[in-house]
Amino acid sequence: MKKKFMAMLSLVLVLSLLAGCTSGGGTGTDTSTGSEGGDTIKIGVNYELSGAVATYGTNLNDGAQLAFEEINAAGGVLGKQFEVIVADNKSEDTEAANVSTKLATRDKVLALLGPATSGNTKAASPAANQNKIPLITASATADDVTVDANGNVREYIFKTCFNDSMQGVVMAEFALGDLATKNVAILGDTTSDYAVGLGKAFKDTFTTGGGTVVSEEAYAAGDTDFKAVLTNIKAKNPDVIYVPGYYEEVGLIVRQARELGINAPILGGDGYESPKLLEIAGKEALSDVYYSNHYSPVDTAENVVTFNKAFEAKYGKEPDSFNALGYDMVYFLKDAFERAGEADSEKLKAALEATEGFEGVTGVLSIDEKHNPVKSITIIGVNDGVKTVVKKLDPK
Amino acid sequence: MEQIIQQLINGVSLGSIYALIALGYTMVYGILSLINFAHGEIYMIGAFVGYALTTFLGLGFIPSLLISMLVCSILGMIIEKIAYKPMRNSTRIAILITAISVSLFLQYTMVYFVGPETRTFPQVLESQRLNLFNGNVILDTKNIYIFLITVILMITLQFVVKKTKVGKAMRAVSLDKDAAELMGINVNKIISYTFAMGSALAGAAGVLVGIYYNTINPLMGAGPGLKAFVAAVLGGIGLIPGAVFGGFFLGITETLVSAFGGSVYKDAVAFAILIVILLVKPTGLLGKNLKEKV
Repeated sequence: MKKKFMAMLSLVLVLSLLAGCTSGGGTGTDTSTGSEGGDTIKIGVNYELSGAVATYGTNLNDGAQLAFEEINAAGGVLGKQFEVIVADNKSEDTEAANVSTKLATRDKVLALLGPATSGNTKAASPAANQNKIPLITASATADDVTVDANGNVREYIFKTCFNDSMQGVVMAEFALGDLATKNVAILGDTTSDYAVGLGKAFKDTFTTGGGTVVSEEAYAAGDTDFKAVLTNIKAKNPDVIYVPGYYEEVGLIVRQARELGINAPILGGDGYESPKLLEIAGKEALSDVYYSNHYSPVDTAENVVTFNKAFEAKYGKEPDSFNALGYDMVYFLKDAFERAGEADSEKLKAALEATEGFEGVTGVLSIDEKHNPVKSITIIGVNDGVKTVVKKLDPK
Repeated sequence: MEQIIQQLINGVSLGSIYALIALGYTMVYGILSLINFAHGEIYMIGAFVGYALTTFLGLGFIPSLLISMLVCSILGMIIEKIAYKPMRNSTRIAILITAISVSLFLQYTMVYFVGPETRTFPQVLESQRLNLFNGNVILDTKNIYIFLITVILMITLQFVVKKTKVGKAMRAVSLDKDAAELMGINVNKIISYTFAMGSALAGAAGVLVGIYYNTINPLMGAGPGLKAFVAAVLGGIGLIPGAVFGGFFLGITETLVSAFGGSVYKDAVAFAILIVILLVKPTGLLGKNLKEKV
């Protein structure tokens, strides 16, 4: 049994090695001919269109498709049309890697877009690096997506959303400055790297800025009863509460906090962005809540309004930040192709690296030496369930 | 001081929910010696039925609670007929595995039909906040309702089991199935009744939780289902007052663990209690040390 399994395994390994060799060679020759003779530019889209985080992938893809349509209708880029190949990675990291390899080797795309989550993006990255095809993710916020454990930049991986730690820093500065608060309680989701990262960055910035953390509590994703920890927090009487996490639990936390008579402002990150937050927390409870985000549909900047209209015309609903990020990602790619001057993945990579002051609906963006964007962050405030843009912080 | 009172209120409300679910567990176990792991899923379906009735038909609290209990009791009987009855003379491990399969089947059938996302339960129960001790302790009227409904259902159940003919038959079946049958008791019917009653309680718990926490999803039954199992074992599985006692004990313990800074470990503590009870006093805190008949 075991022998048979080992034999099978080695066979599979050898086959995949062979497949890698042939297709690797193929890509090299094909790119050059493609750029000369082809009249389309092939782009691979690798998203979570089904499975656990299907809403993220679907929304990003919706935004991206709108941008592709607009660009193609306006004559394409470099005189060529975009040919988009969409693949579903089923929200699984192994599938994300498979899809990425398939798009790179079989479809011979010039650039890869997606996946949505940090974990899936990391799984999809090796195929992009090996085949020397730029991969752009619009929503993988983990700090180590573009940089590996040794601090080396992953050469072909780019990101158009800010890092997790940035959000914590910005909200801590907001709490110290704009809200003029000194004592904070932190209630974070210990089961998610995202929330832990935000909480750590917030705490560091807040304490070095002269604030005090009076209470640090934790919860696990899936919890529904937060009254015990909230009662603890209430006893410490903080000026402000930082709750890094996702909308499902945050909605309940906000509701139960207000039910217990805690009226301190509640701050958080982009995990709050969902209509469900209001549904779960309820209109009366969702007041004095502030969170950092990529974008807000209530923004009145001109390009945002135009995007909102185009999106509503196509999909019949208000765009969310994932739609906006997907949309921006495609224009970001187009901008780089124009500066590259020809449809070649090496030149594209160089152009992406040199991006300076690209203006999208999610803010002005430049790529730094670690392939991360330097871009603006929007702080959204919610009072009685109504969202407003409190502040837009431009990159320093 | 105020903080401790507040935490006790929190604990009692959480405990009421565990107690309601534990009642159904304990009834089925008492009669059949079967741990019905699908019980948590019946509770979830009860919540969804309540959600559908209040959201789409606009029914009020009392009618949706009753209809949801009715639907769940029918579902409980169907599950018993299809899944457990053919297995009645099999080994206990086979029945246990069947129960786990039923549980997974119900979870993922619901995921397939209604999707995995969280839904918000409409607020059909007017709630008011009572400020005690100058607003340092807050008591929501929802807490009082849940507590009262749990106590009323427990008393009703105790009455049915101890004072009615059906209850007498249930106790007879639980003592000795074959002898009961020889005495002219329709065992199949009694077992069906037991499932119907236990499931109705789970349905009630589902609706109450929907109102209390405001959110429901198809996987919501797994966690509280296991906790209620712990509660039932803690109080003495098979005993109705034991389930209620265990529910409150567990709810308050979890809350106090969180209150003293161990919020991340509260589940670990709950299951550690289960292990300790099984090692030290397997019949539960209220259970008598009877010789196992099986």
